Amino acid sequence: MGEVRVERLHKAFPDGTVAVHELDLTIADGELFVMLGPSGCGKTTTLRCIAGLETETSGRIVIGDEVVSGLRPSQRDIAMVFQFYALYPHLSVHDNMSFPLRAAGHPAAEIAERVNEAARLLRLEPLMKRKPNKLSGGEQQRVALGRAIVRHPKAFLMDEPLTNLDAELRADMRAELKHVQQRLHTTMVYVTHDQTEAMALGHRIAIMNQGRLEQVGAPMEVYERPATLFAASFIGSPPMNLIDAEVTNGHLTAAGGLALTAPEGLERGERVVAGVRPERFVVSASDDDPGAARGRVVSREALGDETIYVVETEAGLLNVRMPPTVRLAEDQPVAVRYQGTAPPVYDPESGRVTGR
Amino acid sequence: MATHIQTEQLADAGIAGETAAPPVRRRRRFGSGIEVVLLTLFAVVMLFPVLWMVETALKETRDIYAVPAKVFSFTPTLDHLKDVFSSGSPVLSGLKNSVIVSGASTLIATVLGVPSAWAYSRFPIPGKKDQLFFILSTRFMPPVVVVIPIFLMFRDLGLLDTLQGLILVYSAFNLPFTIWMMKGFIDEVPAEYEEAAMLDGYSRIEAFWRVTLPLLVPGIVATAVFALIFSWNEFVYAIFLITDPSSRTAPPAIAGLIGGTTIDWGLVAASAMVFAIPVLVFAFLVRRHLVAGVTLGAVRR
Repeated sequence: MGEVRVERLHKAFPDGTVAVHELDLTIADGELFVMLGPSGCGKTTTLRCIAGLETETSGRIVIGDEVVSGLRPSQRDIAMVFQFYALYPHLSVHDNMSFPLRAAGHPAAEIAERVNEAARLLRLEPLMKRKPNKLSGGEQQRVALGRAIVRHPKAFLMDEPLTNLDAELRADMRAELKHVQQRLHTTMVYVTHDQTEAMALGHRIAIMNQGRLEQVGAPMEVYERPATLFAASFIGSPPMNLIDAEVTNGHLTAAGGLALTAPEGLERGERVVAGVRPERFVVSASDDDPGAARGRVVSREALGDETIYVVETEAGLLNVRMPPTVRLAEDQPVAVRYQGTAPPVYDPESGRVTGR
Repeated sequence: MATHIQTEQLADAGIAGETAAPPVRRRRRFGSGIEVVLLTLFAVVMLFPVLWMVETALKETRDIYAVPAKVFSFTPTLDHLKDVFSSGSPVLSGLKNSVIVSGASTLIATVLGVPSAWAYSRFPIPGKKDQLFFILSTRFMPPVVVVIPIFLMFRDLGLLDTLQGLILVYSAFNLPFTIWMMKGFIDEVPAEYEEAAMLDGYSRIEAFWRVTLPLLVPGIVATAVFALIFSWNEFVYAIFLITDPSSRTAPPAIAGLIGGTTIDWGLVAASAMVFAIPVLVFAFLVRRHLVAGVTLGAVRR
């Protein structure tokens, strides 16, 4: 078990591209830490540096109490699960799972015990004699997880392990993974580009973009108050509405007369970008509220438990999440009103959250 | 947990779950009449020299010269084949030398070529593309072009008339080929296998040895057979660099049978037949990979 610390990690590739910029992360012992970002944001490179598969240009990595920079991957006492599972195709499930233990030269009795324990945990017992190509995607995934578990490592590194599964199986495996991590209470660093996975799994989420850290926080914290415009536009489906607004007396006012609750600590006349979650808006056929913006429904997605309206107003296209009981037709003239406490607002220059 | 609707039976029937052969194939089994005629004609033209060689090897000497030629009505004899394997026969020692030279050169090319192909496939090497092109470019030249300089070098080094010299030349010729072909096979094996093995407790070399190499065996065998066939058939270097009859390989030894006042065509044909058999056997054993070697992608993920 151990804490993982990434200190001023910098990684530049020989062709000059900088994958990771001076990254600092502290991942607590037993934490399920998710690194989230679009492809090419440096999250996988960071993970590979922690694993020792890439050599960092500068900075250092600490696992447990040990500085592991310069150590071989096998000396770092970590286990990794790959996107394509990387099960050894010429070995049976049993041999795949015992492979790391045999490599470390453990006695046969202990190997058998640990492999059986992992097989029981992941319900792999009926599959132990099969070759990987005779397994379904979900089963291969569980074997890959099993191979990681048997080692009792200080930390698990997961590189988009669920990306290759179909949607239904992915939800199952997500629950299973979370359960296993809770049982073992082992630090897990999980890389994904899927925000649903990140929200569902993570104790904390780190959002990365272009090799830099945008925000670290608990899932709800990241959801409620994204630290940057990038984080605001990345998390949530549909994502936040980013609305240009000006601070007037007691309100944030956007084009078309749309009034939002103003956070404290802003100067009058200041121009900001407000980040409004779709569920903070209310759309109705008519509205007498002076702070409501008039508009027109341009699209409507009925998802069953909710309906997403896209409303064209002078403040731009607004995504609005409504319960299915509200029924508005496309092209219908409507009014959109803000409801609730102050939304996070961003400095349009720096893109960082301001006010409180 | 994972709800599997897929049954055992389906899982074994391949990705698409197909159980019956595609119907198109059945209809085309005999092909059109023109196809059959053309292919038969082609086969006869291509195989006639081989057939004639086999016949000549099995005919008695007077039947060989018979006019009109006896195509079917001759009594077969194994005399010529016995002559090939008689103790004083130059062909027998030639075959022995051929086995040594092609075996050793294939081994050297494979042992050196596979690790270098791995390095070219896995690591960022400065000027990798240029290096690979340079390696390949050594194969652009016809052997005759370089045989004179090699002859002169070998004379100074005392490698003329030695099997070691020939092994060296053949290894040098097979190495580029091995590197290129093996690089194709290695590219097909995901690097993640090695990375997984490295995390599981092995060094890079050990990971290569224990995980990647077993997956490469079919590719290595196919590549080695190609190299073996090249060394076995090679004639130009063998005739230029070796003049001593006792260290000749089989191709010049057989060619040497032709000449002088009388030519024992039966012995020539029998020698050629014996010489051709190993190549045929090897080609048959790896026929699947001969095609795979051209199209690559022989390793299943």
